[in-house]
Amino acid sequence: MNQYIDFYSEVRDTIAARSCAEMNAGREAALQTFSAQGFPSPKAERYRYAKVEADFSPNYGIALTPLGGQLPPYCFRIADAEPRVRVLYNNVADTTDSIVALNTMLCVDTLVVHVPRGVRVEHPIQISNLLKGEQDTMVCRRILIVMDKLAEADVIITERAASQSRFLTNQVVEVVMGSGSHLSLYEIEETHLLCTRYNSVFVQQGRDSHLHHTSLTLFNGHTRNRLDVRLQGEGSEVTANGCVIADKMQRVDNNTLIDHQVPHCQSNELYKYVLDDSAVGAFAGKVLVREGAQKTVSQETNANLCVTRSARMYTQPMLEIYADDVKCSHGSTVGQMDEAALFYMRQRGIDEKEARLLLKAAFITEVIENIPLESLRDRLHVLVDKRLRGELSKCEGCKLCK
Amino acid sequence: MRFMLQINNLHACINGKEILKGINLTVNDGEVHAIMGLNGAGKSTLSNVIVGHPAYEVTEGSITWDGKDLLSLKPEERAHEGIFLSFQQPVEIPGVSMVNFMRAALNAKRKYQGLEPMPAGDFLKLMRQKRSIVELDSKLTSRSVNEGFSGGEKKRNEIFQMAMLEPKLTILDETDSGLDVDALRIVAEGFNKLRRPESSAIVITHYKRLLDYLKPDIVHVLIDGRIVKTAGPELATEIENRGFDWIRNGQ
Repeated sequence: MNQYIDFYSEVRDTIAARSCAEMNAGREAALQTFSAQGFPSPKAERYRYAKVEADFSPNYGIALTPLGGQLPPYCFRIADAEPRVRVLYNNVADTTDSIVALNTMLCVDTLVVHVPRGVRVEHPIQISNLLKGEQDTMVCRRILIVMDKLAEADVIITERAASQSRFLTNQVVEVVMGSGSHLSLYEIEETHLLCTRYNSVFVQQGRDSHLHHTSLTLFNGHTRNRLDVRLQGEGSEVTANGCVIADKMQRVDNNTLIDHQVPHCQSNELYKYVLDDSAVGAFAGKVLVREGAQKTVSQETNANLCVTRSARMYTQPMLEIYADDVKCSHGSTVGQMDEAALFYMRQRGIDEKEARLLLKAAFITEVIENIPLESLRDRLHVLVDKRLRGELSKCEGCKLCK
Repeated sequence: MRFMLQINNLHACINGKEILKGINLTVNDGEVHAIMGLNGAGKSTLSNVIVGHPAYEVTEGSITWDGKDLLSLKPEERAHEGIFLSFQQPVEIPGVSMVNFMRAALNAKRKYQGLEPMPAGDFLKLMRQKRSIVELDSKLTSRSVNEGFSGGEKKRNEIFQMAMLEPKLTILDETDSGLDVDALRIVAEGFNKLRRPESSAIVITHYKRLLDYLKPDIVHVLIDGRIVKTAGPELATEIENRGFDWIRNGQ
């Protein structure tokens, strides 16, 4: 932990010079939060399944580069965004969290996606993050998505790695959704075994807004995804889906909070994991229905397939309800390969390896079928198939590293 | 006449319990054999052992297929060799579409035969053509394997798969169970339409009803893990009238 504090003390001025006022404003407070708390221990409720200390202990070089490359439509560097958008920075994230504090302390630039009132963005906005370089590197990345009233967009955030170095990503995404806005947000990780990723997503939803969030961990090293959604406007809806494919020694932890603060909101959560070899998965999802949040409808499901005896899954669906007129359910399952289905397929001539592969793909197909964006759905079916066949080449279909 | 399937003194057990206690059975090209018997006699065990279900252990005896040692082949290899089991309880496989399932099965067989995968257009045409034989709705073939199918639809789907894979030996394991008269007729007539002169079948059933359609050449009675009586089709009628007791009592 001290290595980060020392580093910050050294480069404090450089960071401030490369950044903007809105981002610099929160740094000292973040430093204090981080210094006071340090990394969360496994005793911290929301970090029970993460190994934060170990993940952050290697000596990474820390990238302090502002955003580069051509930005997609509706995307800005924070300094170029509208003032009323800029001030939202660090207002949605949980600033008491040390991982967020570390990000706030060290991050030099923020990618802002701003969709103005009533605009329906036709093509998906794709934010490609490519980890590249010969040095072991830590990247602090910040994204702020602001959907004005009645705005509609699909945003795809991908994380890939182009070189075989160790990478540590600490990404914080803040999302503010105005009333009646629609956002489909996809996060796809396709990195490698030496990559560690901490991704914290904070969403604030206004009246009648709709969020469809899908998190796909197709290939990784160690990953921890946090998703906090605060339903603050009546009639808002969130679908939070996720799928994980992990094998070898990979570790994936999804930690979610869906906070029903007002009446007449809906949440739907579905996370599916396929764990092979000695992979370890964790899912902890809390649905909180606050006092007065009547007529809440909420469903939370976590289903897992452990292919081997050495694969481990920790699952913890939680419901906390303080209102008395709600419809909520939650559940989780951990199962093995369906031997009857396996034999049925073999009897039809499909060899065992292929049959296993088809069953694994079938298990998570539900999450992919739920994706509203057809082109992405088709692409993901292909990617999942390749992933399971061990043919997932890094950066496939990406021009940057060819 | 060629001997396609030869079973000699076959003993098999599941979870350490011996179910088959010395089965002898020869099925020639083009023959239809019926196997009748009470519940628990070992009929389904016999079919499972022929297709290589991993839960069953063969403790004695042999099965040869077209001169090959069948027991040394994996289940998928037996399928490629042309053995097809119509399951008593077809398995639902959510998330695997019928199209992908059939394509994987058909192309696996073609690969075994040294053929290229079937072009997509030809494959879909074949699906359509074979589907009509068992009057299987196109909505069903676009779904996941057997998912949400009624009992009758599942059995028709088995015959549809048989039509796609064109096996040399088909084992119908209580295909009539749970079928109403109309569904039974569709399944049986579909099966008859698909039969080629050289293909053979083993029909496992409790009842004569299915056999009235399929017209077996030979009827066997299986009791307590052994074939205790073998005769012509008239045996099915006699069982329908008199039950199994008279056979068991050795009269």
